[in-house]
Amino acid sequence: MARSNKPIVWGPFAAGGTLTAFLTPVLIVLTLLAALGHPPDALGYERLHALARYPFFKFGLAGVIGFSLWSAAHRLRITAYDLGVRADTLVAALLYAAALAGTGAAIYHLLRI
Amino acid sequence: MSERAVELEVLRYNPETDREPRFQRYSVTCREEWVVLDALNHIKETVDPTLSYRWSCHMAVCGSCGMMINGEPKLACKAFLREYRGVIRVEPLAHFPIQRDLVTVIDDFMDKLARVKPYLIPKHEKPLAEGEYRQTPAELKKFKQYSMCINCMLCYAACPEYGLIPKYIGPAAIALAHRYNQDSRDGGRDARQEEIASTEGVWECSFVGACSEVCPEHVDPAGAIQQVKIKSTVDWYKEHLMPWLKK
Amino acid sequence: MAEEVNRRPYVREMGWRWIFRHPRYVRYMLREFSCLFIGGYTLIMVWGLKQLAEGPAAWQAFLEWLRSPASIVFHVVALGFALYHSITWFNLTPKAMPLQLGEDFVADGLISGAHFAGWAAVSLAVLYFAGAF
Repeated sequence: MARSNKPIVWGPFAAGGTLTAFLTPVLIVLTLLAALGHPPDALGYERLHALARYPFFKFGLAGVIGFSLWSAAHRLRITAYDLGVRADTLVAALLYAAALAGTGAAIYHLLRI
Repeated sequence: MSERAVELEVLRYNPETDREPRFQRYSVTCREEWVVLDALNHIKETVDPTLSYRWSCHMAVCGSCGMMINGEPKLACKAFLREYRGVIRVEPLAHFPIQRDLVTVIDDFMDKLARVKPYLIPKHEKPLAEGEYRQTPAELKKFKQYSMCINCMLCYAACPEYGLIPKYIGPAAIALAHRYNQDSRDGGRDARQEEIASTEGVWECSFVGACSEVCPEHVDPAGAIQQVKIKSTVDWYKEHLMPWLKK
Repeated sequence: MAEEVNRRPYVREMGWRWIFRHPRYVRYMLREFSCLFIGGYTLIMVWGLKQLAEGPAAWQAFLEWLRSPASIVFHVVALGFALYHSITWFNLTPKAMPLQLGEDFVADGLISGAHFAGWAAVSLAVLYFAGAF
């Protein structure tokens, strides 16, 4: 029985789980306020665009998105198995690829700003 | 002392004659203060001597009488009749093959316990002349909780991952390994990692937490497993990203 | 030595309905399903970044979609699931990272309490700096 390489995927999952626990609710509240017609100042185009030009912001947001997507992908992979989907390797590949693609897209658009 | 009429619906299985298990209902008069084990003993003594089940101490320390009572893994000697209303459904412990009636095949569990090297592996050879191992109360507290396991297998019955993945080494085995890893007298963590840091070790756990919820001794195997996961992850990254670090 | 006896043990199938066998499995599944909404919301953020990069008109379109009924419903449901994820995560943290001070372990409630306090502080800080109030 050899030591597993699961830490490769579990480490980012744990980091993402912690990050989303701290941040996701308040982020949802920000856009929910906008959805209800009271957008916070920071969601105005001028301010957000200016903020997004800072490398620090780009880096930070890319990190938050990356870890959040990875964490969600990993959890969904486990859930699929729990519900009886046995093709774990295929599910894992698809979900992690989707997470990386989403992160790639975020980085791409952040770099355009 | 007052009595109560109790109906038990017990899963029966005779490997010599049955293709599959079936329920059998028993109606018995029990004492108010009895536990399910008392009711089973009463049935066996007065109604049906063929009913088979494991039990021993009748005081929740030996771990023999684990079974599913109304779908929940419990020690039959700790399941008080007064806690139940209506027909009480008694089945063998979940996620284990049924040998006969309420007796399960526990070979897999016994194998797994042995695999984690559940004994002290000293860091160095220590001759008698060097004296005894000394341990502070703080060092004892670090592993004491994990030493309280009575091997009752309720955690395996509660764990859906063990039910789905029979190869999974399981909560009690990992808690047992953790008990030794946390013991200041022990130096065998590396040897145990081969078993518990494998794919069939801690990594099958998804932290459902059911194991710790049903544990009659409050061992908290779920906590032990997460601690092993974190340590194993830190180890892995250290080993792969900083290979120059000596162990 | 006695001859091999065929014990013919019976193996019970598990299926997928185990998730309804007890409230704790339902709660576990709810916790796991939060990943759909957290992941979904993060993808909405990615889309928002795309719109932000494409200019003021695109960003306005994004804000308009946010105001749609589908978006509002999603936000409310996602917020519920995100909160459930946070609460379960912080309640489980002490189990994974026990802290021994001297002889005794720090009470679970203190460790998760500290996390909840930190969570509140971070959330308020974000709301404040975003100009939500």
